[in-house]
Amino acid sequence: MGRRVVITGLGVCAPNGVGLPDFTEALRTGKSGIRFQSRLQALGFGCQIAGEPLIKDNLLEKYFTPLQLRGLNASGLVYGVIAGRDAWADACLEPNTGSSPNWDNGIIFGTGMSGADKFRDAIYQVDNKEVRRLGSTTVVQTMASGISAYLAGMLGCGNQVTTNSSACTTGTESILMAYDRIVSGKAEVMLCGSCSDSGPYIWGGFDAMRILPRDYNENPSAASRPMSASAQGFVPGSGAGALVLESLESAQKRGTRIYAEVLGGEVNSGGQIGEGSMTAPNGEAVRRCIQKAVQSAGIQPKEIDAINGHLTATTKDAVEISNWSEALGLQGGEFPYINSFKGMIGHCLSAAGSIECVASILQLEQGVLFGNVNCEDVHPEITKIIEKERIPQKTIPYRPKIITKASFGFGDVNACVIFSSLNR
Amino acid sequence: MQEKEKYQKLKDIIQVYLPSDVSVDNIQPSSNFISELNINSANLVDIILDVEDAFDIRLENEDMNQMQTVADALQIIDSKLNG
Repeated sequence: MGRRVVITGLGVCAPNGVGLPDFTEALRTGKSGIRFQSRLQALGFGCQIAGEPLIKDNLLEKYFTPLQLRGLNASGLVYGVIAGRDAWADACLEPNTGSSPNWDNGIIFGTGMSGADKFRDAIYQVDNKEVRRLGSTTVVQTMASGISAYLAGMLGCGNQVTTNSSACTTGTESILMAYDRIVSGKAEVMLCGSCSDSGPYIWGGFDAMRILPRDYNENPSAASRPMSASAQGFVPGSGAGALVLESLESAQKRGTRIYAEVLGGEVNSGGQIGEGSMTAPNGEAVRRCIQKAVQSAGIQPKEIDAINGHLTATTKDAVEISNWSEALGLQGGEFPYINSFKGMIGHCLSAAGSIECVASILQLEQGVLFGNVNCEDVHPEITKIIEKERIPQKTIPYRPKIITKASFGFGDVNACVIFSSLNR
Repeated sequence: MQEKEKYQKLKDIIQVYLPSDVSVDNIQPSSNFISELNINSANLVDIILDVEDAFDIRLENEDMNQMQTVADALQIIDSKLNG
């Protein structure tokens, strides 16, 4: 058996709360982070609502130097730095101010793309024959690995520093990549997570695919309806989530708080074979991913207390429930509790997995299951498989010991991770 | 524009790019941007752009190559303003 890996720090920058206290309270009360976006209206979008973290102006000075703030126009990078630095501090780790890199500490922080707004500025300047006026930070703000590079420089990490990218699976995948690195003994502490930009250039492509809800522009908080019979499509979001993973030995040596243990997990792909495609998952691969995750954690399916699904609020949510049920061999009242946080925050795309993993772990810490919102009318195809009471409609006191979380992404890619309280 | 005024304007631009262990009082006409003021070489292009905007001039690649010290920068600015 490999080394045990625990979670010692969390950070978040979510549409319904920036920082752990605000985010926790928002989840507890079912507060929505989905708001009307006048920019999207002005640009003629069908879906004019989105989830975007609200960043107070003076907050940035806590995370960036005045020089770093000059010409900074990459929202995902901002969210990622806030979440990442918060997680580091939450784990009682300091930025490395020594003269040598900290070889034991690394970063795997994913994103879909970086600095869409900065890239747009650059395109206008280049096309206007002003390439010489791009300045020195166009590259670092628009390179995909910008986020891991910024964080590594701020924290002085000397282990692997990289960015993963697997669409909506990115955040959950980053945790499993960091987990592997620690299990194999190649690192002691890994900051992992993911971020996603805000704005029309990110969300436009999804609007064009007609997969976003268009009837809720006057009623944003009711738009994202995971598992609901009236679900119309996912609401686009953005933000970042971050976790500090650490070997159990290292965490115990430091005497730091331990939120949870990462018991195991799995990543795979459906190869876009059968019903799998660029945009739809192959069910066999989803089920296999879940089963392999359970095996790697060394647990039985019935030990799982709660599931945090991918559950984006499309008509496919029932298919996901069916896959969970079949993979775990559990149905009806035996099925674990299940929730989706996307009803409150929307689908934060490449940031979704990490924000939702942070929320899942907060449930272990707080002794609650955060309630679903907007699914009073659970889809009948879902209640054919599991009992309605397995889908909490509001936050309930409950002390889960094992939580599993899965994310599925464009490209037919899957990730499933299993967390437990340390002394279950 | 007075020489003193130009120098102050240039110092204001440079100040933003100083690392935390170098103070604005360290800026002297003879200061080398990279070896003495410890400015990241990547930021020299930003200083050039700021100088262009502040003095409403355009600097060429060869001007940039010659700009090793604060005094070099002042001289190049002078030649552009009078050119």
